[in-house]
Amino acid sequence: MIILLAIAIGALFGGATYLVLRRSVVKLILGLILLSHGVNLLIFTMGDGVRRGAPPLIDASGQPPAGAADPLVQALILTAIVISFGFIAFVLALAYRSNQAAGSDDLDDLSTTDRL
Amino acid sequence: MVFHLFIPIITPMIGGALAVLFNRQRVVARAIALISVLINLGYGLWLMSVVPATGPLVAQGSGWLAPFGISLVADGMSALMVMLAALLMLTTIIYSFYSIDEQREHHFYYPLLLLLLLGVSGAFLTGDLFNLYVWFEVLLVASFGLITLGGSRDQLEGGLKYVVLNLLGSTAFLAGCGLVYGFAGTLNMAHIAERMATLANPGLQTVLAGILLFAFGSKAAIVPLFFWLPSSYHTPPVAVTAIFSGLMTKVGVYALYRTFGLLFQNELATYGPWIILLAGLTMVIGVLGAVAQMNVRRILSFHIISQIGYSVMGLGLASAAGLAAGLVFTAHVMIVKMALFFIGGAAEQIYGTGDLKKMGGLARREPLLALFWFLGILSLAGIPPLSGFIGKLILLQVGVSQQAYLITAVAAGTSILTFFSMLKIWNEVFWKKSYDDVNRLPRVPLGLLAPGAALVVLSVALGLLAGPLVDYNAIAGQQAFDRNVYITAVCGADGCEAVYRAALK
Repeated sequence: MIILLAIAIGALFGGATYLVLRRSVVKLILGLILLSHGVNLLIFTMGDGVRRGAPPLIDASGQPPAGAADPLVQALILTAIVISFGFIAFVLALAYRSNQAAGSDDLDDLSTTDRL
Repeated sequence: MVFHLFIPIITPMIGGALAVLFNRQRVVARAIALISVLINLGYGLWLMSVVPATGPLVAQGSGWLAPFGISLVADGMSALMVMLAALLMLTTIIYSFYSIDEQREHHFYYPLLLLLLLGVSGAFLTGDLFNLYVWFEVLLVASFGLITLGGSRDQLEGGLKYVVLNLLGSTAFLAGCGLVYGFAGTLNMAHIAERMATLANPGLQTVLAGILLFAFGSKAAIVPLFFWLPSSYHTPPVAVTAIFSGLMTKVGVYALYRTFGLLFQNELATYGPWIILLAGLTMVIGVLGAVAQMNVRRILSFHIISQIGYSVMGLGLASAAGLAAGLVFTAHVMIVKMALFFIGGAAEQIYGTGDLKKMGGLARREPLLALFWFLGILSLAGIPPLSGFIGKLILLQVGVSQQAYLITAVAAGTSILTFFSMLKIWNEVFWKKSYDDVNRLPRVPLGLLAPGAALVVLSVALGLLAGPLVDYNAIAGQQAFDRNVYITAVCGADGCEAVYRAALK
């Protein structure tokens, strides 16, 4: 399981890096989305009971209940998903407006603020 | 348990909500913003008067036991930063009264400022790594709103770069946060610090520290992660640029201090020389970038980067004295940098442009503005008896006492370049003859002059009466570098691990 997840995370990070380095704003944003998914999966693997021993849950006898997953990482991922969802919505709106203002989707055309 | 630690978080939150509600009544919205910030400032000052004597104050969110719930911790460094954030926000709000157009005020300008203060105060006070991430996102989303508010082409272009590169930095922080949890099994900073000291596998710790160095380094705009800053900071209104220069990068510096002072103190031996190298490069590349520019705010933006190098140098020296010196310098540069942005921005507002070639002759027309600008650049360059001199002197003393001669020399040399580059603005804007008739220009309103002038006066005062500030920061540096004090304050004398084990039984 952890191998599969590792491959998936690697693929997401690799794809994200490729997309972020493209010149198109839309692809850049797609890259950001992939990256946030990759990080969410990465956090997910961190909670694996196999890796760290027991989840922070115990029953009356002081033993971790069978089949319980670590709830904390899921809470973290939930928070991260909500935050990245909001940010992606904002970035999409910003890209739309900047496309209207600059008339281009090419990052090379968006360099007026960097020129001397 | 001291629940009043929630005050600097709750006040801007409620203030922001009220300011949204009374958005159409301009006077009410302004009053709400002003009152919220004044409460935070008063509380910050009180905190600074208490914390050196009592040690770190701790509040547990919802009364949860320490390593399980979210803790708020105010040690000397946090208290100083909370106070400075409120002070700088106060001057920004006053400056905004006279410089922000009605359109922006109607589109939630003051609520966004309060939201920024909320995020910054939360980041300074939290004692939980994931909570720190959440506060970073709060202040980021407020800054996104502020930098794009208005929607001119420059703002949208600069804003896009700012947003994307900051999101990448945040994502790296989130990944680091998750990995730290996977490694240490906890997110409470005190508990992580404790486990980092006992857990083996130093190689993995080095990697984790490196990821967080990247994440916070990109927030603090150290070389080579600074590119978002000079391409976006000159696009929004002056007041927004000023508050960004005072707070945004400094939150990154604070997070670096906290991460390496508390969580990864063992790794400072590995990373110290690299941080010193990055600090030196940041100083030099920042100031050289400024030399090439011909626009007031873009020159000042590059100087932000250069000054960050000094703050980071304090961390790279890897000692309590180094952190203390870095804190003195950071406090100084937050104040003076904002003063320069306010005064340069006032000049920009008079001319309607920040282009140095089109400005000139302002010293004759506005002698007071020129006087405070000149005092400001003297302070930034580090001329005695201003606060910049004290800040740099202490930093250089620590550098020499720890035999870090090269970085000390670079830091001293950069001061000269800083002064040279600032003199360029002085010559072009204030000293040279104007091609146009300066008497036709509008006079600078008192409201645009006063915030910058007040901060310059504060800088002079801090230079002349440096004793209390230096003493305070010596204690703050010790607290920030002493893990045991922090852990004892958060979890009790036995440490977090003991509480954790006892709770599991």
